[in-house]
Amino acid sequence: MSALRADSGAVLFGHAAHAGSPVGCSHCTLAVPAGLVEQGEALQFCCHGCRTAYSVIHSCGLEAYYRLRDATDADRAPARAAGKAFSEFDDPAFDTLYVKNLQGGLREVQLYLPSVHCAACVWLVEKLPQLVPGVHASRLDFRRAVVTVTWDAGVASLSQAARALDTLGYTPHPAKEAGARDARKREDRRYLVRIGVAGAIAGNVMLLAFALYAGAFGGMEGQWEQFFRYLSFGFGVLSLAWPGRAFFKGAIASVRTRTPHLDLPIALGLAVGGVAGTVNTLRGSGEIYFDSLCVLVFALLVGRWIQHRQQRWSSDSVELLFSLTPTAAHRVGEDGSVADVAVQALVPGDIVEVRAGESIPADGVVVRGTSSVDESLLSGESRPVSVAGGSAVCAGAVNVAGVVRVRVEVSGEETRVGRLMRMVAEASTRRADVVRMADRLAVWFVVGMLSLSALTLAVWLVRDPAHAAEYATALLIVTCPCALGLATPLAMTVAIGRAARRGMLVKGADALEKLARPGVMFLDKTGTLTRGGVSVVEWFGRQDVRADVAALEAGSSHPIARALAAGAWERLPPVSDVVQTTGAGIEGTVGGTRYTVGSPEFLHARRGTADAWVDDAVRACRARALSPVVVAADTDVVAVAGLGDAVRPDSAAAVARLREMGWRPVILSGDDEEVVRAVAVRLGIPEGDARGRVGPEEKADAVRAALRDGPVVMVGDGVNDAAALAGASVGIAVHGGAEASLAAADIYLNTPGVGAIAELVTASRRTLRTIRRAFAASIFYNGFAAACAVTGYINPILAAVLMPLSSFTVLTIAFRSRTFDRAQRPLEVTP
Amino acid sequence: MIVLYFVLPLALVLAGLACWAFMRATRQGQFDDLDTPPLRVLFDEEARGAGR
Repeated sequence: MSALRADSGAVLFGHAAHAGSPVGCSHCTLAVPAGLVEQGEALQFCCHGCRTAYSVIHSCGLEAYYRLRDATDADRAPARAAGKAFSEFDDPAFDTLYVKNLQGGLREVQLYLPSVHCAACVWLVEKLPQLVPGVHASRLDFRRAVVTVTWDAGVASLSQAARALDTLGYTPHPAKEAGARDARKREDRRYLVRIGVAGAIAGNVMLLAFALYAGAFGGMEGQWEQFFRYLSFGFGVLSLAWPGRAFFKGAIASVRTRTPHLDLPIALGLAVGGVAGTVNTLRGSGEIYFDSLCVLVFALLVGRWIQHRQQRWSSDSVELLFSLTPTAAHRVGEDGSVADVAVQALVPGDIVEVRAGESIPADGVVVRGTSSVDESLLSGESRPVSVAGGSAVCAGAVNVAGVVRVRVEVSGEETRVGRLMRMVAEASTRRADVVRMADRLAVWFVVGMLSLSALTLAVWLVRDPAHAAEYATALLIVTCPCALGLATPLAMTVAIGRAARRGMLVKGADALEKLARPGVMFLDKTGTLTRGGVSVVEWFGRQDVRADVAALEAGSSHPIARALAAGAWERLPPVSDVVQTTGAGIEGTVGGTRYTVGSPEFLHARRGTADAWVDDAVRACRARALSPVVVAADTDVVAVAGLGDAVRPDSAAAVARLREMGWRPVILSGDDEEVVRAVAVRLGIPEGDARGRVGPEEKADAVRAALRDGPVVMVGDGVNDAAALAGASVGIAVHGGAEASLAAADIYLNTPGVGAIAELVTASRRTLRTIRRAFAASIFYNGFAAACAVTGYINPILAAVLMPLSSFTVLTIAFRSRTFDRAQRPLEVTP
Repeated sequence: MIVLYFVLPLALVLAGLACWAFMRATRQGQFDDLDTPPLRVLFDEEARGAGR
């Protein structure tokens, strides 16, 4: 699962990233650590993985990748290789699960490549046949980041192809939703065919209708009028019976399950219009309605397609999330031999070997070896935890140091991470049941329409029995809820499109709808409110020694050293006589001064007593849950640095704005209580609303508990937030989050931090206002048309004018509305 | 105006043909992925330019 966070800015093991170094890696564009810079070389690499990837790309004549990447998306670095053998890809168990046999000995598999991020990736991935002989084709679906690889099993093995992809930086995972995908593809195509046919019919019927209207004004020979009416009749019946069938099916299902659905009034209007039109065609006089009906079917199908696509997108990404769970394990046999098996084959009691850099395949207990594991996947805490014999480890945690053997206790879906993923899936399906605003209105609409028609019929039966049926029918058709079916998806789609242009990706319309009502907003701390890594937060004492300290620490890979070395230094002074004391501090000579940098205890042991201001500074750091580092030049202490996870500069303003709008922000974090409290104090959140030591399951529980009192928004970035994100009324994942959180969330912010959330809440309120305005307009038109029908003043021309006019008004309202302020984000602070 | 009896059905046959072509294209999967092919075309050109 190391690739899970490869993209997220978390530092991978063995991949040092130095923000301060001026040289960029030729492959990944990240800064090269000072120790690895090769003077005078044109090509510079930050790690071995990048050097390998570069040489592979270069030796195959694919250097154009770098040019394309720089031209299309220079900001994003390609991800790094996981360096695995992928031998499980050749396993028979893997074959039966994911591989499809084609004709002529060819085989096909779908692989999910989470690190595909830019247009140049498409080019590079599709050059796979050039890299691996035997691979026939490699086609990438850019939006889903799924590549379909076709290969000749007699010439190449899938593991070869997988290794090649991995070397290029695209760690492959078998796409586990491939089976369901075919059925979905067929459904998508059916939708498209329906829209195409409905559109063609609507266009042709409108042409005929124009001729008929022109004839109604200018006079028309009877035979031509009848000919045109019969043609319209043919089209109308075709449109209702083929593309329009979907509405009748929906209506029947809605009646059967007794749940209100907008299909019911639509089907009613279509059926009545169809019957009346048929009768009038055969009679040879009266309104035939087919032009309105065909356009209605087309417009409503388009509206439905827009909604369908949004839902499809989110369900796709949730399912791809499962592809990221590890696929292979090294099982230790009874004779001590190690064999690679698919994870599905593991049973409790098996012993598996986990090497450095690999993720643990199942929940279990360490039986041999010591190491440290990164459990950030589950806890959100980025500091690795030491493990030794007897320690419990979780599936999905990354082993960062030595080789360990683990006895499997729970495997597959029953592991902690498996259960978490299931919670995500369950929460996601539950949310799909939300009754839409338009559907809630549907019942009232049906009742109102039917009673009004009955009333019209009754009144006209008394006054003018010959026309009573005609007027009642006209009423049912002119009030068919076209604008109602179109207004919501249209206004939402416009708003979602505008949000996407500002880097806020909204997956479902209902998420935007629900942000309008204030409630509780749970915020994750690490990476959301804070920067999510160690950096210098406070600096007491002399500023001019910072460059010297940075030079001294540049050679070390410890997180604290990296934080001290980070910064915009033009040229670091040379360092000599460096002495490092593991876990305590470092000494060295920079520019003739002997510096000692380390923990207060280390400095105390070296230098004896310290000044009062140093003690005060150290205490101030500890009070704010920062780790103090003391700097001494020669014999005097000259500075104290407070290191910790810095709060983002825009967090406080965003939190304040949300409170103004009536939200109650609450911090939920896996970190220590005191650290969380320190952040809460800085953001002006009451201490009671700052909860530390909250595990992923507890986060989901907190969300569920709060849901009883009102809407809950969860904001987070890690896999540990995924279940809570999926369970909340609205889940918002912030920039740099793990794919799991992106999949579980309804909204993804492309900008770091919570600054954009307040803006999005405002946008949501405005969108709802737009929808209400569109509803009001369509109700006004419907009311006017209904009044005409009831009083018997309706005629074909009036209906023909009113129908497009109401749709046009709804369109104008949706597109002319203001979703965001014209000014650039007021909350954005340049770092 | 008797020509309408021929021209109109002819127009309908043409419309029917267009519909049939659209359905065929859809069922072949030409509309399944609308994001990747534009990028692909772009880079075919680039690569050829670099080879020359």
